[in-house]
Amino acid sequence: MNDTLKSLRFTLLAVVAALFVSAFIIVITDIEALGNGDFGKALSTLGTAYWGLFKGSFGSLRAISNTITGATPLLLAGLAVSSAFKAGLFNIGATGQMLAGAITGLWVGFAFQLPPLLHVPLALVASAVGGAAFGAIPGILKARTGAHEVITTIMLNGIASFTVLWLLKTELFKREGRDDAISKFVEDSAKLPKLFWFMGKRIDLLAHTGFVVALLATFVFWWLLRKTTLGFEMQATGLNQEAARYAGMRTKSLMVVSMAIAGSFAGLAGGTEVMGLYGYASATVAGDIGFDAIAVALLGRSTPIGTLVSALLFGALQAGGRQMQVDTDVPIDLIIVLRALIVMFIAAPLLVKAMFRVKGEVKSFGQTFRGWGG
Amino acid sequence: MTTTQGIVISAEQRKRARSVGITYLVLAAVCLLVFTRRAGDAGFKIGESSQFTLPAQGFGWALGIVLVAVAAGQLLRGYGKLSNVVLALATAAFFMSFLAWAAAGDSFSFVGMLQDTVSRSVPITLGAIGGILSERSGVINISIEGMLLAAACTSAIGASLTNLWIGTLVGVLTGVALAAVLAVMSIRYKVDQVIVGFAINFFALGVTSFVSFRVLVPNRDTMNNLLPVMPIRIPLLADIPFIGQILFDQTIFVYFSFVAVALATWGLYRTKWGLRTRAIGEYPRAAGTLGVDVNKLRYRNLLLAGAVAGVGGAWWPIGIVGRFDQNITNGRGFIALAAVIFGRWHPVGALCGALVFALSEAVRLKIGNFDTGIPSEFLIMAPYVVTIVVVAGFIGASRAPKAAGQVYEDQ
Repeated sequence: MNDTLKSLRFTLLAVVAALFVSAFIIVITDIEALGNGDFGKALSTLGTAYWGLFKGSFGSLRAISNTITGATPLLLAGLAVSSAFKAGLFNIGATGQMLAGAITGLWVGFAFQLPPLLHVPLALVASAVGGAAFGAIPGILKARTGAHEVITTIMLNGIASFTVLWLLKTELFKREGRDDAISKFVEDSAKLPKLFWFMGKRIDLLAHTGFVVALLATFVFWWLLRKTTLGFEMQATGLNQEAARYAGMRTKSLMVVSMAIAGSFAGLAGGTEVMGLYGYASATVAGDIGFDAIAVALLGRSTPIGTLVSALLFGALQAGGRQMQVDTDVPIDLIIVLRALIVMFIAAPLLVKAMFRVKGEVKSFGQTFRGWGG
Repeated sequence: MTTTQGIVISAEQRKRARSVGITYLVLAAVCLLVFTRRAGDAGFKIGESSQFTLPAQGFGWALGIVLVAVAAGQLLRGYGKLSNVVLALATAAFFMSFLAWAAAGDSFSFVGMLQDTVSRSVPITLGAIGGILSERSGVINISIEGMLLAAACTSAIGASLTNLWIGTLVGVLTGVALAAVLAVMSIRYKVDQVIVGFAINFFALGVTSFVSFRVLVPNRDTMNNLLPVMPIRIPLLADIPFIGQILFDQTIFVYFSFVAVALATWGLYRTKWGLRTRAIGEYPRAAGTLGVDVNKLRYRNLLLAGAVAGVGGAWWPIGIVGRFDQNITNGRGFIALAAVIFGRWHPVGALCGALVFALSEAVRLKIGNFDTGIPSEFLIMAPYVVTIVVVAGFIGASRAPKAAGQVYEDQ
């Protein structure tokens, strides 16, 4: 059996294992049904739940649109984590960088009156720059003072959240007639077109061309890693900082640049949410996306394609999870469990091999990044 | 290499000394430009009926000028062996000036604020010790958050159904169970430790939210309802003015965390176990060659780490809140992870990190009552800003145990 087929088989087995463990959790927490000894009802709940999961993610054009809508910010924020991993840095700060990009994109989106062909790219560039500037801070702090990026990115997330909360209440951003933290709308000329515009006026199809931006960003990430000196130097620094320094690379500036690049991806995630999905910003515009993005990057082994596939998978689970919650009384939080299990099992081919008694040699994956122990 | 006052210092140290000096200048600027803006005396209550007052404006001016001098001294000559003392005095004085500014013309319970600080530091400290025990043995532990959260959930259920002791024990066992997952996956199945850690975090967040929604909400009164522990006054010690109330009139969780820090420090640096643990975290091959069973010791230390973090998780329902809420830890496990790095993988350092964060949180809660003219959002972000300033300005680079993250295979 060749390698691709083999790794595909392991991926499928891992997903099966994750679905199986989640099924177990759904059934044993169905206290009411189990208390009545009604095992059949617990099982039928399980069936409806998993059917809803599929129906809500791929069952219709609307479901596919929801999957894409969910995957868009996850992919961009996932690239922010993946690109930092490649440079040996652990970027927990995608949330803060997303917020920064959302705010700068939002500002350009409502402060200017421009034709759409100019306004949309300008607002996108603004959100990338906003994210990059905010992302560069932990890079600069690490290069200058040695402050560990895990500490600084966690703390900067808090700083960004509360700064945005404050900003949204200032005269500049506040929506007329509202006292809570909710912003003005961006101009129509700064809104990203819908992805399925050719389907006519279907307001239930939320997917927007931010997904195209995300795909382009994925390509840029691939191009950066494979075709540029900068990308090569980033990866060399990520693998062994000392060796890279002896080879004449300026590892400290690379640290700053890598974090700025990561920040620009996350900034785009924030910007496209504002310009494509909401049309305005609120304090929760970044939600848990920056955090989920870490799982996306880990599952995708920090590669461009891997990040893309896992973002789509997570987007599908999210869309399906909402349907599941509507169809049954199984809360959407199950999706978080399912994600955790998929991440775990896919990273553990040796475990999957033992569980399913697969024969033959299996390689375990290497370390995600070497920034921790050195 | 250059010498100052006969002490050899490296380029790295010189750079750190310079950034400390610059930080002093920044503090001086804040003193002079901000803390001198509000007039009036600030009352600091330090006991039932005793208090002292500081004139906000005068103190700000005086400290600002002193800090400029301190910065000059730091940048021009350095303080050699006294530098840590100078640092401690300067930050303490700056902190008092800040409080005087915030409470100018008013008064607040200084001792209550510090008591609150110590209480709030408990889960961060215990989580951080869990992190230190595993990382010192060479296993990265990103999953502190998950361990705290899961233990908080199960201990709430356990304590509601039985009693507080059993509830805490259930929390400990939950921490151990998740640590066992981390251990088996990373040691036996050689999965990347960062991935397992994150998966555990997501798993704990998902399962506890799920259980909270599906089981705890419908059975609120029977399964998620308990009376948290009361503070225990330690005889004599609690009667010491000021200090007594802060340190010795606390819940059992606080005493446990002090003991845990002391034991972990003593254990890691004074016992055979500690030497072996540090060895397998730095250079497992050498330890293995000398007959240490590397993976067995890693298993043991991880389980211990899970147990300590489990107590930290039980603090929420049993130590303070009296119930479990969805995502009750709200990222404290990540703050604990930051405290591990902040403290350079040393228990006392991590305790300091936890106290810095908890202090800024307690300050925010007290100062929030005063109208300082600063939007509340900026006060809420104080803990994050303070942590960054302390790490970037005073602590600088910290190095993880060398073998953390790597699989060890017997040969």
